[in-house]
Amino acid sequence: MTGAVRERPPALAPGAVGSRVIVWMIGLLFAIPLVSMAEFTLRDGDGGHSLVHWFALFDPANRASYSPIWIGLGNSLVLCIGAAAIVLLLVLPTMVLIALRFPRLRRPFEFLCLLPISIPAIVLVVGLAPVYLVIGRTIGTGIWPLSLAYGITVLPYAYRAIQANIDAVDIATLAEAARSLGAGWGTVLLRVLAPNLRTGILASLLIAVAVVLGEFTIASLLNRPNLQTALFVVNKQDPYVAVILSLLALGFAFALLLVIDRTASIGVRRGTRPPTSAEKVTP
Amino acid sequence: MNAHTGSTVEFSDVSKSYGKQRVLHGFDLTVGPGELVSLLGPSGCGKTTALRVLAGLEDATSGAVLVNGADVSRQPTNKRDIGMVFQSYSLFPHLSAVRNVMFGLAMRRMRAREAESRALAMLELVGLGAHAERYPHQLSGGQQQRVALARALVTEPRVLLLDEPLSALDAKVREQLREEIRRIQLRLGITTVFVTHDQEEALAISDRVAVMNAGGIEQIGSPEQLYTRPATPFVARFVGQSNRVRGVARGGMVDLYGHQVPLLEHADAAGTVEVLVRPEDIELSSAGIPAVVLASSFLGSMRRTSVRLGDGTVLVVQHSVGQNPQPGESLGIGWSGRAVARSSTTETAYMRQ
Ligand SMILES: Nc1ncnc2c1ncn2[C@@H]1O[C@H](COP(=O)(O)OP(=O)(O)OP(=O)(O)O)[C@@H](O)[C@H]1O
Ligand SMILES: [Mg+2]
Repeated sequence: MTGAVRERPPALAPGAVGSRVIVWMIGLLFAIPLVSMAEFTLRDGDGGHSLVHWFALFDPANRASYSPIWIGLGNSLVLCIGAAAIVLLLVLPTMVLIALRFPRLRRPFEFLCLLPISIPAIVLVVGLAPVYLVIGRTIGTGIWPLSLAYGITVLPYAYRAIQANIDAVDIATLAEAARSLGAGWGTVLLRVLAPNLRTGILASLLIAVAVVLGEFTIASLLNRPNLQTALFVVNKQDPYVAVILSLLALGFAFALLLVIDRTASIGVRRGTRPPTSAEKVTP
Repeated sequence: MNAHTGSTVEFSDVSKSYGKQRVLHGFDLTVGPGELVSLLGPSGCGKTTALRVLAGLEDATSGAVLVNGADVSRQPTNKRDIGMVFQSYSLFPHLSAVRNVMFGLAMRRMRAREAESRALAMLELVGLGAHAERYPHQLSGGQQQRVALARALVTEPRVLLLDEPLSALDAKVREQLREEIRRIQLRLGITTVFVTHDQEEALAISDRVAVMNAGGIEQIGSPEQLYTRPATPFVARFVGQSNRVRGVARGGMVDLYGHQVPLLEHADAAGTVEVLVRPEDIELSSAGIPAVVLASSFLGSMRRTSVRLGDGTVLVVQHSVGQNPQPGESLGIGWSGRAVARSSTTETAYMRQ
């Protein structure tokens, strides 16, 4: 388990100049739509640029017309938490259990988890509609039951992220070592496996949040307002505000990802940082 | 630091199957208080499985495991109070060396301050006092296994289980570390089961060695007993080097190329038999049975030469470095030893000075 850290980049890697060119090109690719969006929001009616649309957003007079956005945003956050909870409390323990105890179930489980990626959202909705009809009658039409559907759409991404980490760490031996030292299963999971699966868990959470914040089809077809459907509604009345909000949503998602990443690294004090060359073992 | 002196471990007729494959069968073994017993055997013979059954990481298909006379078969691993060092590196990568060692103490709800001082003392004992704050990826393989050893020992477990803890290390570190393990084990008086497939390692550090073959114990005894009085041909071949020679047995003696050599087993062996002769019990001489030198290798304190006899039999001879036979050279060999009899076998001749 000694991290064989590569000192030098492999021979085929581009040189210093090449790497920069690549980074700039990719950066440009991402920047063009963002800059265009920003530019669009700054246009005022008569060809000039001003912050008029940005101020309009916070104008109390407009509150009524923008309110769907805030409702949608709140709903999307609830859904994020729901989907993240499904990943953390259901998918992760199941995957660990399969890796430790039922390795034979790995293939079937992988197939099951990757299945949603091959089903278009529209088709998924056809199956989900009757289910949510029943849910709507029994549990109510609140937003949170939708996180079950989102849990399914997030499943393939979360699975890949966590499984890659499980494959990279010898969790069976770590679990056995902890057990032999007197740890119960809960301790093994929380204090030994979770810190070592941190990267995978984080990646899966980030992806879950990103997918849920960007989801439109299911929410729209099941008539549950979320951020994207709200943006769609507002876009029809005021395209400027819709673009501003899209930008803000993007910034918000980015901030959220940063926060998740920070909190997780605080959770693991002095965690598994890669060795600096000075700390490396001389053999 | 004195561990519990006097835990005994007993396997009582333990069997283990994976589906149809029987990995252990009729496995009986008793390890006395403070004793170090090695399980020695070829790859796949069930050594790790036996250890895992004792640790509670696998359930036996039948039979019982007893510690201090009490059946622990139903106890989960974390309640068995064992210390284990695994074949693969098993330190927790997210914890520093000292925190790795403290883990077991934390599980026993010891206060952090005391746990830390004990962990540091134990790291000192395995010679890593200066590396306490390092993370596993900053330690070499041998250092990692030392930390693992400290981690297994610091809780003062009733039994220490070592599953080929040295197999990933190079020869020099291996030898050094195995002596350290033995020193610490003797000092703490902790009952230990040591798994290895390296016979030299087993002979070097054990009180007793159990030679395993295909899921059962072939022979158990002190290193000297195994070497000088192997109970079965398998043990004779597996422990130490030996040559197979055909001969004709009669009246407690076997005729090897016209020379009479006493058999281990006096009784009723008669007719053609195959016997096993240690390389150090064959001599090179100018007279004797004619042979041609095939190759000779210098091993520091001695030399090992393979020779071919007239009928094509190839023998390995161990001799002093003073003699330096060249490939192609013709010389003679002779049987040097006095045979030692062994009651339970009819085909093993084994000769000692
Ligand atoms: N989980 C398992 N499922 C099926 N068969 C297994 C399992 N674990 C071990 N075996 C089989 O049991 C036999 C004994 O395995 P074991 O690991 O005890 O061997 P070993 O003596 O420790 O070998 P080595 O020296 O290579 O470590 C092997 O043939 C192996 O294939
Ligand atoms: Mg093994």
